[in-house]
Amino acid sequence: MSGTAWAWLVLLFPLLGSIVIALGYRALPRKAAGMIGTAAIGLSFACGVAALLSLLGEDAEARHHASSLWDYASVAGLDIKLGIYLDQLSIFMVLVVTGVSTLIHLYSYGYMQSDEGYHRFFSYLNFFVFSMLLLVLAGNFVLLIVGWAFVGFASYALISFWYRRETATRAGLKAFVINVVGDIGLVLAAFLIFRELGSFDYGEVFEKAPEIFTTNEWTITAICLLLLVGAFAKSAQLPLHTWLPDAMEGPTPVSSLIHAATMVTAGVYLIARTHVLFALAPTAADISAFIGLATLLVAATIALVMTDLKRAIAYSTMSQIGYMVVGVSIGAYGAGMFHLMTHAFFKALLFMAAGSIIAAMANEQNIDRMGGFAKAMRFTSVTMLCGGLALAAFPLTSGFFSKDEILAYAGARGGMYLIFVVLGYFGAFLTAIYTFRLIFRVLQGEPCAEARELIETGHVHHAEPRNPATGELEDTDVGFPGPEHHIAETSAPMRVAMGVLAFLALVGGLVQVPGVDNVIADFLDPAFEGPVLAHVHPSIEWDWIGLAIGGAISLLGIWAAHWLYVANPERPRALEQRFQGLHDFLFRKWYFDEAIDVLVVRPALAVGRFANRVFERFVVDGLVTGTEDTVRGAGGIVSRVQNGFVRSYALLLIAGFAGLALYFLLSSS
Amino acid sequence: MNITWYIVLSSLLFATGVLGILLRRSPMVILLCLELMLNAGNLALVAFSRMVGNEQGQVFAVIVMVIAACEVVVGLGLIVAIFRRRLPLNVDDLRELRG
Amino acid sequence: MEAAVFFVAAIGALGGAIGVIAMRNPFYSVLALIIHLFSLAALFLLLTSAFVAAAQVVVYAGAVMVLYVFVVAYVGGGGESAWEPIPGQRFLAPLLAVALFVELSIAVLGSALKALETHGPNVDNGFGDPASIGRLLLEKFLLPFEASSILLLLAAVGAIVLAARRREVEGEVPSKHSPTRLEGASPSTPHV
Repeated sequence: MSGTAWAWLVLLFPLLGSIVIALGYRALPRKAAGMIGTAAIGLSFACGVAALLSLLGEDAEARHHASSLWDYASVAGLDIKLGIYLDQLSIFMVLVVTGVSTLIHLYSYGYMQSDEGYHRFFSYLNFFVFSMLLLVLAGNFVLLIVGWAFVGFASYALISFWYRRETATRAGLKAFVINVVGDIGLVLAAFLIFRELGSFDYGEVFEKAPEIFTTNEWTITAICLLLLVGAFAKSAQLPLHTWLPDAMEGPTPVSSLIHAATMVTAGVYLIARTHVLFALAPTAADISAFIGLATLLVAATIALVMTDLKRAIAYSTMSQIGYMVVGVSIGAYGAGMFHLMTHAFFKALLFMAAGSIIAAMANEQNIDRMGGFAKAMRFTSVTMLCGGLALAAFPLTSGFFSKDEILAYAGARGGMYLIFVVLGYFGAFLTAIYTFRLIFRVLQGEPCAEARELIETGHVHHAEPRNPATGELEDTDVGFPGPEHHIAETSAPMRVAMGVLAFLALVGGLVQVPGVDNVIADFLDPAFEGPVLAHVHPSIEWDWIGLAIGGAISLLGIWAAHWLYVANPERPRALEQRFQGLHDFLFRKWYFDEAIDVLVVRPALAVGRFANRVFERFVVDGLVTGTEDTVRGAGGIVSRVQNGFVRSYALLLIAGFAGLALYFLLSSS
Repeated sequence: MNITWYIVLSSLLFATGVLGILLRRSPMVILLCLELMLNAGNLALVAFSRMVGNEQGQVFAVIVMVIAACEVVVGLGLIVAIFRRRLPLNVDDLRELRG
Repeated sequence: MEAAVFFVAAIGALGGAIGVIAMRNPFYSVLALIIHLFSLAALFLLLTSAFVAAAQVVVYAGAVMVLYVFVVAYVGGGGESAWEPIPGQRFLAPLLAVALFVELSIAVLGSALKALETHGPNVDNGFGDPASIGRLLLEKFLLPFEASSILLLLAAVGAIVLAARRREVEGEVPSKHSPTRLEGASPSTPHV
């Protein structure tokens, strides 16, 4: 079978899985639903591998194929097909998405075991994977937007999965609204592309663009900026990032899948896919890189003071995606994609481990109440440590190689881009600190009550079900988390998933060791042929120096975390009190939420209120009620003619007749 | 006497009938005024028939008489029915057509 | 000669008409109408419409007016004044009637129809005879003739239905007429 046929199968299986589980949820027992869901994605991954093998059997230059099933619209200059585009970039994304998703489905099989909405969860999860694959495999901008929108919906459905929690539904809405803002940017960009280039199809657009646009023309810059709006909304970069921490209201597998490995990387994929356009608008690419850098730093500083475990990891995601955005914006496409892959491994793993710990804490998420799990949950602690080491770019882990490759590339471009190198390493330093702050807080120290319970009895702590953020009392029926909490130690599927990811997080970087092998970049680079940037390669010496610096910084960061949080437990509190203002500023997430509230939300509400009070009441109601009143009044006047007196009717008759006669007399004279 | 006289007389009788309908309260008298108007019309018809020279107008007048007879029959039947039900024989009090 | 007859008949017709609308007692109005009808018959004769005149006397003055007399005798009434317009129409009604008359007169007098000023063409002897009317009715106007017979039937049936005595007489509104009148025996008639 051809590569594109495998690609269609890749799309088919998750969709089928979602539909089958959705339609048969009454008939299917839990285990069956979980297995169908996981198998669907597993089959999808297998087809992805088959497609990869078929691609590998061809020449490097010929590894791009388009295939379409049928025409959507073929009218008046529009020619939109239901078509996919299979090349190195899309198959890479497909493999990352399906691979990590299979493991997360396996994890959810165990983690969500006692949730009443088990079937709904797997159906939504499968649908999400389908939408993400559609986005990645789309062969034209229209299908890309379709996939983009589906992903947004799936994210909303999954964030508000525990729909009886008001915080969850609000978070889902927030994510959706901000995503819509991104959708607007993307749609406008697509319109402009169609207007300038006459087509939505990737092949045609990317061929014609260099011919029609000169560098930095305002149209192409506008297109790229609008694409960035879409990308930043999805990937939670400044200033459209406020939805990501709130999205942690969803179940942990959701955070692991959507907000670590797949959905938030859609923006990075978009920039990489439209690299031809960005090469023609270097200004836009630079803006993108700087925003990525800013996000990187802001998120890292916030993660330093976050006390909610999942939210801290969420900010870490935001920061790492900043790295990826920097990577694909400065032309380091291969490096950016490589970091995407390694990040998927260790971030998904971190979320999984966090989920296990939160389950042990009976849904409590505040790290100030945690401690000493290293002894209570060995497996979880080890895997969490693997993930943390990779995130902190500890030497020889996957994160180490991927992060530094981006920074080496920036260094090789020189000039202005050296800022990225310096600040990027500073960000890496902060990353190491906050990562190990979390690890030391949660795993080291005096065991907290729940940990002690685990060590002594082996049972997970049972508590009244409460909302972890507000402390409200809940029940365990459908719409809320289930009554039991599953930790990795007691659930085999969870252990398998976490184990695989831990292995990948540690050794996944070995495919791209500078000077030794170059698997990823060799595979991906031909897809990015064309623009000048891709030909800039850091020299081997710079690579090794960069790696050395990176390793040193990582070790320094881990030592700093230890010094701050373990050696002297009083130090963090003392620092907090000394720099109270700075701490508050960081704790309130740089006041972004408040700023958006003042700049966007309140004016919108004011407009709404004005519309309701003035416009609606006077203009619309006035028109409608006014018309009604007029008609009723006129009717009232007219109905007075019907007074019941026969003689007055006769009078009207005669008067009419007299009038008519008068008219005829006058008109004939 | 040329035809004009007859026509003017006819319109005068017609106007008298109209006046009677608008001014009297008893349904009986109103019916009588209706007869006046019908006869005024008959007069005009016959006069025109004489003016034109064929008898079609007269045939029309005969048919009008038939219709007047029918109408009188029904109208008087109404009055008798109203009287039987002891309602006041007064068009102003019979107001159920009121909208 | 013809003019004299015309004026006498015209005055009779007009007098009868005014009598109809001006008399208090409905019985007197009926009598006035009978006079009016006879005058009209004379006018018809002046217009050489013998059959119509005869029909007027026999059918109208003879049959229809007799009906009226019966009903007036049954119902009674009288004692109300002649000028009882609806309060809002006190001036409007006479005004309209006058306006109507004026308009119609203007239409006729100002008309360009020359034939109005003649007495009509010279007609044969048989003009207006029953024979010619009969021929027209059965040849040219057969359909209206038949239709009017159906109409007569309808009217007769309708009258019977309307005036039929019901078991329960509804609407016991006390009226000026006392219940004993129901027998229809002695009419509360006219103070003749």
